[in-house]
Amino acid sequence: MGLTSKLGNMGVVTVKLEDAINWSRTRAMWPMLFGLACCAIEMMSTQAAVYDLSRFGMELMRPSPRQSDLMIVAGRVTRKMAPVLRQLYDQMPDPKWVISMGDCASCGGVFNNYAIVQGVDEIVPVDVYVAGCPPRPEQLIHGIMMLHERIKQERIKDWA
Amino acid sequence: MADVNPVESLRAAFSDAVQDVQEFRGEITFIIDRDHIVDVCRYCRDTKGLEYNFLSDVAGVDYFPQEPRFAVSYHLYSMIHNRALRLKVLLPGEEPEIPSVIGLFPSANWSEREIYDMFGITFTGHPDLRRLLMPEDWDGHPLRKDYPLGYETVQFSFNFDEVDKYKPYARE
Amino acid sequence: MTGSDDNLWQGDVEKLKGLVSERALTGETMVLNMGPQHPSTHGVLRLLLELDGETVVTCVPDIGYLHTGIEKNMESKRYEQSIVMTDRMDYLSPMGNNLVYCLAMEKLIDLDVPPRAQVIRVLLSELTRINSHLVWLGTHALDIGAMSVFLYCFRERERLLDIFEMVSGQRMMSTYFRPGGVWRDVPAEFEPAVRDFINYFPPRVDDYEKLLTNNPLWLDRTQGIGFISADDAIRYGCSGPTLRGSGVNWDIRKALPYSGYENFDFDVPLGQHGDVYDRYLIRIEEMRQSLRIVEQALDKLPDGPVRSNNRKYVPPPRSELGQSMEAVIHHFKLWTEGFRPPVGEVYQRIESPRGELGCYLVSDGEPKPWRVHFRTPSFIHLSVLPLMSKDHLIADLVGIIGSVDIVLGDCDR
Repeated sequence: MGLTSKLGNMGVVTVKLEDAINWSRTRAMWPMLFGLACCAIEMMSTQAAVYDLSRFGMELMRPSPRQSDLMIVAGRVTRKMAPVLRQLYDQMPDPKWVISMGDCASCGGVFNNYAIVQGVDEIVPVDVYVAGCPPRPEQLIHGIMMLHERIKQERIKDWA
Repeated sequence: MADVNPVESLRAAFSDAVQDVQEFRGEITFIIDRDHIVDVCRYCRDTKGLEYNFLSDVAGVDYFPQEPRFAVSYHLYSMIHNRALRLKVLLPGEEPEIPSVIGLFPSANWSEREIYDMFGITFTGHPDLRRLLMPEDWDGHPLRKDYPLGYETVQFSFNFDEVDKYKPYARE
Repeated sequence: MTGSDDNLWQGDVEKLKGLVSERALTGETMVLNMGPQHPSTHGVLRLLLELDGETVVTCVPDIGYLHTGIEKNMESKRYEQSIVMTDRMDYLSPMGNNLVYCLAMEKLIDLDVPPRAQVIRVLLSELTRINSHLVWLGTHALDIGAMSVFLYCFRERERLLDIFEMVSGQRMMSTYFRPGGVWRDVPAEFEPAVRDFINYFPPRVDDYEKLLTNNPLWLDRTQGIGFISADDAIRYGCSGPTLRGSGVNWDIRKALPYSGYENFDFDVPLGQHGDVYDRYLIRIEEMRQSLRIVEQALDKLPDGPVRSNNRKYVPPPRSELGQSMEAVIHHFKLWTEGFRPPVGEVYQRIESPRGELGCYLVSDGEPKPWRVHFRTPSFIHLSVLPLMSKDHLIADLVGIIGSVDIVLGDCDR
């Protein structure tokens, strides 16, 4: 934001309210600790030592949906799991976002059969799709960055 | 320890229950009559020299449209003699029923529930025969050959609009 | 998991009868739902618990939240096409799943595997075992409350994933083993990378042990918890470290060697007490033993082809296609129609990181398998959970689930 150069010694910053809100939302986004299948292992890798998601203010994985802003649907969603997933989504407080991680969650992937929901967007509204089977941690981070960009463009008048 | 040949031993003990013995790639399969499966399992487990003490797996097979339609395969293994055996029971397509071996091998518990769930084969004497993998209110038995795979048209860019018309989308 | 007001309890008390004791129906004990979304159930496992205070009276696992229909889906694909499905079953040891399916196929069609491919298979299977145990150790320790082990384990795991990516192009879902051998030869940088790992890894295992093995907190949380006797373990179908933790010396790599395991020198660690702590010690030791196998395999990696030459079942290499008409025909036949195995059924078992992984393959002579069934260790081990967790505190339940090392993808398939 180039804050320091404009700060001077007045101790006052002027910034648009929506920018400030959006910035703070992107910098403290708490994902839900919610792993389904293979992608969950890559999500754990993203959290862990080498890729370190804490760099983006996301070190806290909340096990409770009531404390989280972001749901990363990591893995295949079965028809038995679908109602549970929707209930978890409903329990998350607004504002909330959903990343569909991996092919299975995005479109069913290799499993086009009776047991798997063909795309989690049939159950919850998805903001960002991350392709890959499973996506590399870099890809997931890229997806999260895309979500951040998207959040930064939100406008107050649309929230009402 | 006395080593007993399972084929001779089983044939001698259950001359009417053993319907056939097949060998393929060094694996012996006994086709067993349905009503005797518990007795045969007990014999395999307890007879000195056989001692198949480990039930690896119970699996169902659907040979639709053949008759008898279903088969249940028991994979026994003896840790003492280090050898394996397969018992196979053929079942009719109409109301398939088979006695449960859970009293002998508790490891069959979930395998039998899975077969009940996936093939609709009833295991009489099983204490808790409910659906295991599918939701309780699911219709049909997915691994039966006359159950469709449940294919849905995949949305690519060339058919995006077409699929988009009927694809259910979630709302907030 | 508590619901919002309108869906607090929609169940039927009648359905609970037979699952929980009579005391729960009168309200004397509490019935609690744990999962499917729970941080320490290692996936989407749901448990119905009946609690007397904090003690578990009954534990009823409810699985199937990750039932993917893999067995049905494989019936609709040709033999070689369906290898990709096996990776996604037990996603912590994809190479192990590849191996059991390929071995079953090779047994069915009586296909030879060149010696170099066999050694590569053993080498990568053992690296996969280390990989799987690392994830197990990290999450198991995290469940019990040790955070830093998780970070260390995943740091080491990245090195293994780099090796997998080097040989197959994918970090996790490698689909590297094919019927008759492996997809292609390992690259030149493979050997130095594995040598590097062999030197790098043993001090790290010592580090984990320093953090946990004699840690009084760890001992209190794991010793005497989740006991299962040797007799019960056999009767209930336990295998792998869970069985060996109870002192039963049965390792399929030794008892029924496959893929040339009889040529390697390694020990099978055994426990005595059959509790969570012994299973932990065994898996730690298994990592060291696996590294021994890896080192031997690397030393005696023979030269030669990595895939069988039987053109009835194995497609010719790309380089032959431009020169030989016959190769083009074989290639076309195999990729459009697939191969036709003889009619029959085989059962192949291997020692996966979790225990006995079996593949039951029924063929009717067509290019698609008639029936594929996987006997997965997590499935059987989870059915023993009610026995292991009886009369334990609910806090210990998490440790027990971790110690049998379940993977829900492996369990539900």
